[in-house]
Amino acid sequence: MNISDVRSYFPILNQEVNGNPLVYLDSAATSQKPIQVIEAVDKYYREYNSNVHRGVHTLGTKATDGYEGARDKVRKFINAKSTQEIIFTRGTTTALNTVAASYGRANLQEGDEIVITYMEHHSNIIPWQQLAKVTGATLKYLPLQEDGTILLEDVQETINVNTKLVSVTMVSNVLGVMNPIKEITQIAHSNGAVMVVDGAQAAPHMKIDVQDLDIDFLGFSGHKMCGPTGIGVLYGKKQLLENMKPIEFGGEMIDFVDLYDSTWKELPWKFEGGTPIIAGAIGLGAAIDFLTEVGLDNIQAHEHRLAAYALEKMSTVEGMTIYGPKDAAKRAGLVTFNLEDVHPHDVATVLDAEGIAVRAGHHCAQPLMKWLKASATARASFYLYNTEEEIDKLVSGLLKTKEYFSDVF
Amino acid sequence: MSSNNLDQLYRQVIMDHYKNPRNKGVLEDDSLTINMNNPTCGDRIQLTLKVNDGKVTDAKFEGEGCSISMSSASMMTQAIKGKDIKEALKLSTIFSDMMQGKDYDETQDLGDIEALSGVSKFPARIKCATLAWKAMEKGLKEDEQ
Repeated sequence: MNISDVRSYFPILNQEVNGNPLVYLDSAATSQKPIQVIEAVDKYYREYNSNVHRGVHTLGTKATDGYEGARDKVRKFINAKSTQEIIFTRGTTTALNTVAASYGRANLQEGDEIVITYMEHHSNIIPWQQLAKVTGATLKYLPLQEDGTILLEDVQETINVNTKLVSVTMVSNVLGVMNPIKEITQIAHSNGAVMVVDGAQAAPHMKIDVQDLDIDFLGFSGHKMCGPTGIGVLYGKKQLLENMKPIEFGGEMIDFVDLYDSTWKELPWKFEGGTPIIAGAIGLGAAIDFLTEVGLDNIQAHEHRLAAYALEKMSTVEGMTIYGPKDAAKRAGLVTFNLEDVHPHDVATVLDAEGIAVRAGHHCAQPLMKWLKASATARASFYLYNTEEEIDKLVSGLLKTKEYFSDVF
Repeated sequence: MSSNNLDQLYRQVIMDHYKNPRNKGVLEDDSLTINMNNPTCGDRIQLTLKVNDGKVTDAKFEGEGCSISMSSASMMTQAIKGKDIKEALKLSTIFSDMMQGKDYDETQDLGDIEALSGVSKFPARIKCATLAWKAMEKGLKEDEQ
């Protein structure tokens, strides 16, 4: 599969919005879905919809094979040792909350420290705030450099022997910064802390090797990587997961149920109470097949080219503020910006009239917005199906926006 | 979407209120203070109202947001000053109907507010326009009790 004909697999892209061809630049919020994923979900519902791990009938076996087959695809995708380390969740938020509620509550206490950064998404802030409140642990923030990057010296300084848990995003959904996860993990481990990684903005765009990074937990979402909404993954090292208690109880996750006590299934099922997200997992498996066939390295290189091109072109627009590193090499495929004297909502509305979809708002990162001294920003994010021509359209849309707003005044 | 629709959204009078907001600031002393924000986008408003004998005698706002939310706040404060609570709340209902594209009471002189009628064609922006009005409603309804 060639990156240049990738677009043909995304039926949604072939449409007009407000009289113009759709330019979808909001993949960091959710990606579009290729026909392979749509068909895999459709096929499951049409041909073998059944509950998993129950009964002995043929459809049930097929559904179980599809669901567990998807788990193995995820395992390979992030190079985990075992499928026992792959837990299906509703998304990154549920994955991170599971670590906080299960591992966190059992292992943290007063005097312990949790370290996160200023660039985290709300889903990688609030679970730790709540954990700190419940356990009496202290929440600390790693400072950022002027361009939004993290300095390893600051990591060394902030993480100490009291640190029990470090949680950092691999890629910032606002700054586009890629963090030195491997190095931060080494520092966390040498202080006896576990390393949690928010992979929501990384898994769709680059290879992740959990063994090479040596991280303890990783969360990511299917819908940002060409998969369906409502499915995500929690990866955890087996020895940690084995000692953790389930946080949801009910069907599917039990071994024996007695009147007053019960025992749990083995990993990974003890964390998957209730009928699981079968169609979602099967769809995610199809998304992983698709991304693997295109090649994560190709995708990353393509997005990197787009980001560099966008940075260059967007910088030429007068009154443009671009957040995050100016150096394209330090960036993933998204550009967050503000246009002087035009509120990002107004930017997004005028662009929408041109058929261009961008995000405007605080991007679920209010502490970072505060740090940037911006109440809101606009963001264009790129994926494997975007093109340089679309970035040209964005830039001419931005020029039109400026012109429009200087005219009406 | 035609640029005609955009022009309806961003009419001159709206831009004038955005650039030169009326009643910007904070009222001191025994005024009602209502803080409201739109958590999905980060717009926020602080509205202070002075109510005497069931009448809104003064209104000011502070806030951060887009042209629609800020101009709407400016127009709202202008519109309710001097009105009694009932009238102000009635205006709010008319405004809400206008935003939802429903038929609204056109016998009422809406003044500048009429300019915001184009927002109803932009569903994603209706919440921007109604933020200040919701704050006003909340304040006056609490005061009534």
